[in-house]
Amino acid sequence: MHIDQTERRYIIFALLLVGAFGIAIAISSSAYSINVVRPESQIDPKLLTTPGATAYDGFAEPPENRLRELSPGRYEAYIIGYATKGWIWEPEELRVPAGSEVTFYVTSADVTHGFIIQNTNVNMMVLPGQVSKLTTTFDTPGTYNFICHEYCGILHHNMYGQLIVE
Amino acid sequence: MYKTANRLTLWNLALGMVALFIGGSMGPLQKLEHVGINLYSSLREIGIASYYQGLTIHGVLNALVWTTFFICGFLTYATVNSLKRELSMPRLNIAAFIVMVVGLVTAAVPLLGNLATVLYTFYPPMRASGFFYVGLTLFVVGSWMVGWGLLFTYRDWRRENKGEKTPFVALASLITMVMWQFATLGVAAEILFILIPFAFGLTDAVDPQVARTFFWFFGHPLVYFWLLPAYLSWYAMLPKQANGKMFSESMARLVFWLFLILSIPVGIHHQYTDPGVPTGWKAMHATLTLLLFVPSMITAFSVVASLEIGGRNNGGTGLLGWIRKLPWKDPSYAAQNLAMILFVFGGIGGLTNASYNLNVTVHNTMWVPGHFHLTVGSAVTLSFMGISYWLFPALVGKPLWSKTLGLWQSWTWFIGMILMSNGLHILGLNFGVPRRSSLGVAEYLQSDWQPLMIEAMIGGIILGVSGLLYYINIIGTAAQKKKLEEPIVMPVAEPYHPEEIAVQPAWLDRWRPWIVTMIALIVISYGPVLFDLISRYNPVAGFKVW
Repeated sequence: MHIDQTERRYIIFALLLVGAFGIAIAISSSAYSINVVRPESQIDPKLLTTPGATAYDGFAEPPENRLRELSPGRYEAYIIGYATKGWIWEPEELRVPAGSEVTFYVTSADVTHGFIIQNTNVNMMVLPGQVSKLTTTFDTPGTYNFICHEYCGILHHNMYGQLIVE
Repeated sequence: MYKTANRLTLWNLALGMVALFIGGSMGPLQKLEHVGINLYSSLREIGIASYYQGLTIHGVLNALVWTTFFICGFLTYATVNSLKRELSMPRLNIAAFIVMVVGLVTAAVPLLGNLATVLYTFYPPMRASGFFYVGLTLFVVGSWMVGWGLLFTYRDWRRENKGEKTPFVALASLITMVMWQFATLGVAAEILFILIPFAFGLTDAVDPQVARTFFWFFGHPLVYFWLLPAYLSWYAMLPKQANGKMFSESMARLVFWLFLILSIPVGIHHQYTDPGVPTGWKAMHATLTLLLFVPSMITAFSVVASLEIGGRNNGGTGLLGWIRKLPWKDPSYAAQNLAMILFVFGGIGGLTNASYNLNVTVHNTMWVPGHFHLTVGSAVTLSFMGISYWLFPALVGKPLWSKTLGLWQSWTWFIGMILMSNGLHILGLNFGVPRRSSLGVAEYLQSDWQPLMIEAMIGGIILGVSGLLYYINIIGTAAQKKKLEEPIVMPVAEPYHPEEIAVQPAWLDRWRPWIVTMIALIVISYGPVLFDLISRYNPVAGFKVW
């Protein structure tokens, strides 16, 4: 097959470039543990708040108890997204001290939602029947909005909550 | 010449243009809404109930209907004119068009009646009217039939021209159509086995994770179904329009074959943030996506080299002097060259999206519509407009009404898109502003988003004006009395190295090895993960939430 000399060099360059990108991604995900969400146990969205009915008891706690301190500075938050309760996250507000490491367990009671915490690497889809889990550390005090970023109905744009780092 | 094919092409183009007109007119409204100018209340009388219904219309009509009609028309024309042979089974292609129209009408009724406000991705367990899904199915089946008609024509051409190499334009058109047949199997499975039984109440629950995976099996090659006809024009037609030649015909063929095998096994790169998909499969699709970037890189080189030949033939000299000698006064050329420039940025942004964990910085933010308005909204749509500046006159037998208006249209699209997509990209990347949200009334709206949303709004308005200029020109062309003095022939560039054609390896004109590879890659990249997800099928109830 005829390939022009310059084009041949260019294609080799393109392959090397793509290879370099691949290596950069591999390093960033292993060495810096910038991760994407991975599968957890499945869950029945009708039984989320029934104690003992799912593998995640945190969802069955009343909203004000859905933030648990596991050890000093390490927290777990259990958040349920609802379109059917007026487009809300439950709980709508969380408070942690600066420097806390928080693991988010998020699920949906009805339709597909999305969960992004502004200015963090927490970004995941939230599907009924699945649990989305990511961990991040909040070093800087301030208010972090967690916003639903998947269309979930007529008042989708009202669905957000706040994490306050003190 | 080729009366049936021409007439079908014209009808496809016309319906595509109507779809883009309605869908496109929703665009500026969205950008105005974001800066607090809400015009939706005044639209209630014409049946648009909400921002989200408008957004669904925008997505379905622009991304699915306009593109598919235009492509079915353009590829029919390109295949027939490249093979120099009328359609073998004209009635099949006519039936295909009718099926597409019936599908469109069936889907449009619930869409306009606010019974299918589920956006163009229609993620369950949102439950739209069943007729929405039935209509989409018919529409896709019609587009399959267009492909069958072209393939039968090709089969007969092969019989009549034993031992001849398939002309590039026909080959590229047919590869696109074959890829589409396989790509749409994903959405066909989702709609037939999951959504239609669900929407009509035969089942009361669905697994959203399985449905999404089938959707994105289709959703990414959909992107290449849009893009490949534009590539076809850039490779083979635009160099001719610029007085150049195809720099590397063999590489162009190889690129299209690579797109055939690599377009489908990458869909999970839309699902990096999906909870139910194992990370190993995400990483595998990320790797294949990086490979898929290579044929696009080759295209960038090859097409620019072909245009450079044209610029130099026109008297251009020096390192960059040939650029000025390109036919910038020809709206068909200018539109497509500007589309290419925007696509450079669309491509880089796309690579960011595809980069596995880097995706978390932009997933489902305003960055994403910023990105795909550079790709499907510019590389594809502006190129299709450029193509229509010669194709539409060729079909109606009348010259383009106004070249000046065509140039204004091309440049306003270019400028409007730069402003809009720049604003949207930064909103997503810097502020994590969500896409698909009625931001003007959102409680989380922040004042520091405002300047960028105003920039995007100005871009959106310029795009709206550009769209109007396009339609004025098209209607002006059709309505005028003036006839073409000479018929327009499809522009096809000669190869720069005619001697390369003789030594072209046989595998560049053989279907079997490529189709076998494509199927093998699909089975490897999707078989186990689909089996795994389906074996853990976890159905949940449906809702209507709009």
